[in-house]
Amino acid sequence: MNRMETDSTIIKKPSTSKQKAISGSEAVIRSLINEGVETVFGYPGGAIMPIYDEIFKFEDEISHVLTRHEQGAVHAAQGFSRASGKVGVCFATSGPGATNLITGIADAQVDSTPLVCITGQVQSGLLGTSAFQEIDIIGISMPITKWNYQVTRAEEIPEAIAKAFFIARTGRPGPVLIDITKDAQFELFDFKYEACKGIRSYKPIPEIDFFKVDEAVNLINAAQQPLILAGHGILLSGAEKELIQLAETADIPVASTLLGLSVMPDDHKLYTGMLGMHGNYAPNKLTNECDVLIAIGMRFDDRVTGDLTRYAKQAKVIHIEIDPSEIDKNVKADIPVLGDAKEILTALNKKVKKASHQPWLAKFNELKKIENDKIVQRDIYPKEGEMKMGEVVNFVSEQTKGEAIIVSDVGQHQMMTARYYKFNKTDSHITSGGLGTMGFSLPAAFGAKLARPGRQVISIVGDGGVQMTIQELGTMAQYNIPVKIIILNNNFLGMVRQWQQLFFEKRYASTELVNPAFSQIAKGYGIESERIDEREELAGAVEKMLAHDGPYLLEITVEKEENIFPMIPAGAAVTEMRLE
Amino acid sequence: MDKTKQDEIFTVSVLTENKSGLLNAVTIIFNRRKINIEALNVSETEVEGVSRYTIVIKSDFDRAEQVVKQIDKLVEVLGAFLYREDEVYYQEIAMFKMETEAFLNNNDIERLVRNNGARILVIEKDHIIIEKTGHRKEIRELRDKLEPYGLLEYVRSGRIAISKSKRKTHVFLKELEKTNYFEEKNNYQ
Repeated sequence: MNRMETDSTIIKKPSTSKQKAISGSEAVIRSLINEGVETVFGYPGGAIMPIYDEIFKFEDEISHVLTRHEQGAVHAAQGFSRASGKVGVCFATSGPGATNLITGIADAQVDSTPLVCITGQVQSGLLGTSAFQEIDIIGISMPITKWNYQVTRAEEIPEAIAKAFFIARTGRPGPVLIDITKDAQFELFDFKYEACKGIRSYKPIPEIDFFKVDEAVNLINAAQQPLILAGHGILLSGAEKELIQLAETADIPVASTLLGLSVMPDDHKLYTGMLGMHGNYAPNKLTNECDVLIAIGMRFDDRVTGDLTRYAKQAKVIHIEIDPSEIDKNVKADIPVLGDAKEILTALNKKVKKASHQPWLAKFNELKKIENDKIVQRDIYPKEGEMKMGEVVNFVSEQTKGEAIIVSDVGQHQMMTARYYKFNKTDSHITSGGLGTMGFSLPAAFGAKLARPGRQVISIVGDGGVQMTIQELGTMAQYNIPVKIIILNNNFLGMVRQWQQLFFEKRYASTELVNPAFSQIAKGYGIESERIDEREELAGAVEKMLAHDGPYLLEITVEKEENIFPMIPAGAAVTEMRLE
Repeated sequence: MDKTKQDEIFTVSVLTENKSGLLNAVTIIFNRRKINIEALNVSETEVEGVSRYTIVIKSDFDRAEQVVKQIDKLVEVLGAFLYREDEVYYQEIAMFKMETEAFLNNNDIERLVRNNGARILVIEKDHIIIEKTGHRKEIRELRDKLEPYGLLEYVRSGRIAISKSKRKTHVFLKELEKTNYFEEKNNYQ
């Protein structure tokens, strides 16, 4: 992708004496600075070279992180955004550079992550001709972006970028792609930047219907067995305090979705754990016993609900959601309340009455005890045999006091991380939820670290996923980004292997991996590393890793054929959650 | 059987900013749910710069409603509306090309035109064009009747539809602008 364009069709800069006139590519950088952007992730190539030439000149104001692959750039931008709440920005060239962004853009769309992706494009006269590295990235990215736009004239740049940032970060956030032709990058024009204040056809936040809020209040006040499902929307809206206030006032147990994790401290007495396929036993089972289900900023993903025809049929459903298209999509809401989670929770908190639901909460504790006895103890305090994933995660959780930012990849280790890291700080869990993108963790982790340099950032990743973006060790080494990487290595694509064991009679089709010596690879990149195989080594190795100043990779050999339980098999009801 | 699960004909009316590529974004949403577009018309509205897509689909109500919400979510879509058959007035237009000789030979064609509310648009030396507006069924009936007289070519448009509600497009747009958030209430930057 870094091949030079050899076209002779680059337009010449018009000779103009106007003082204010700047090039389109300079306008791109100035627009980004106007939006407060300080870090950009990307990879250069022919069609975006004028923009790279400008960012070179502005290195005091905006820093560019050169990744090793465009997928690394977009995941890093996602990690940056998820850790900071800011809009993540990445650059790529036309053609393969742009198509390499696609997985990350799709991931950001599904997980509501604000991104602005800027791609170079061949000069406008060559559009549609299959010119070198020309691809219709606008057409390709249409179903996976919140908005996209192709710029063919320099004067469109400031407005397009202003709109891009406005659209990406407002309402339900999402990725935006701006494709800029090479001639527009060279063209001179009079630059003036105005931030976008609104778009006629775009309504980011629905107005709150206070009649609906009152109906919700009445239901909550009358509930005997209410349950809150807390989603990513609460983190996006910054409504953690309001959520805790509601839960404490009305004594309501709270369960979190995978993306909602860290929405409240793990040790809060009303926090009951994670929902979904490999979530906690109590909140899943009791979803089908609650009388009022209060879903906040979540979308009833099939991994949460299992069989929809047997999901919470007994309950009245209050669905608090910013995106009208999520209402009644999977679960019919008795009371939909559209709007921003923080505003709605604030309105609810004014009217919800104090209550106590001790017998209901006791049910959660009973089931929690069953899960603890049958699964948790075995997972995190095994007495013998090989090391277990849960044991490692639990130890890391204890050593970091639950205060690190944890960036997991996809698979068994991801579920173990979600289950056993005890998050004590908000906005601390970053993972690819909706799309389930292997290879996400490594680049997302250094993106997160650059956004939050003051926090410990740990990438927990499997031996399969890490090899999808392992080249990004080079980025970490080049910029000395002090991320800690823990590879939980079972030499298997573990989650698929588990399904093969449970549902395909142990036919392990293409799931066993012959792996490289990961610690040697890290060393090759100049990154400190260690590999451990024995339980006795764990404490010392984790301590050493956490204390290390700089990036560090710790490879841990774990039990080869460990299964994740509890589990709701695909298509089963939440009540059919299996403990073994 | 649940009535919302039965397939029926819906008219989807979409008011949009006039932006190239947007039609693609709209049709992708139907395609994703495997809903075939039966007819589609893009036209201007009484408000400058605002276009209307009139799309006819066959779907169950729940799916149709979800799709319309997802279309409404597109940034450049001003509003998307779902109508059942009894909630809109609609018409299609068709043109039939016949040999002039067949027309001159007897009075049958002229009588068919008159009785079916059609009209003769053009008479040339070798062909005539008959124009008919109406519902698809009426147009099809006329086609069947003209067929024996030597139908050279037949073309029919997609549906255009107008809702029975009293809402005016420009009033809708004004309300939209009034209720819009022109300040960044949700600023994460």
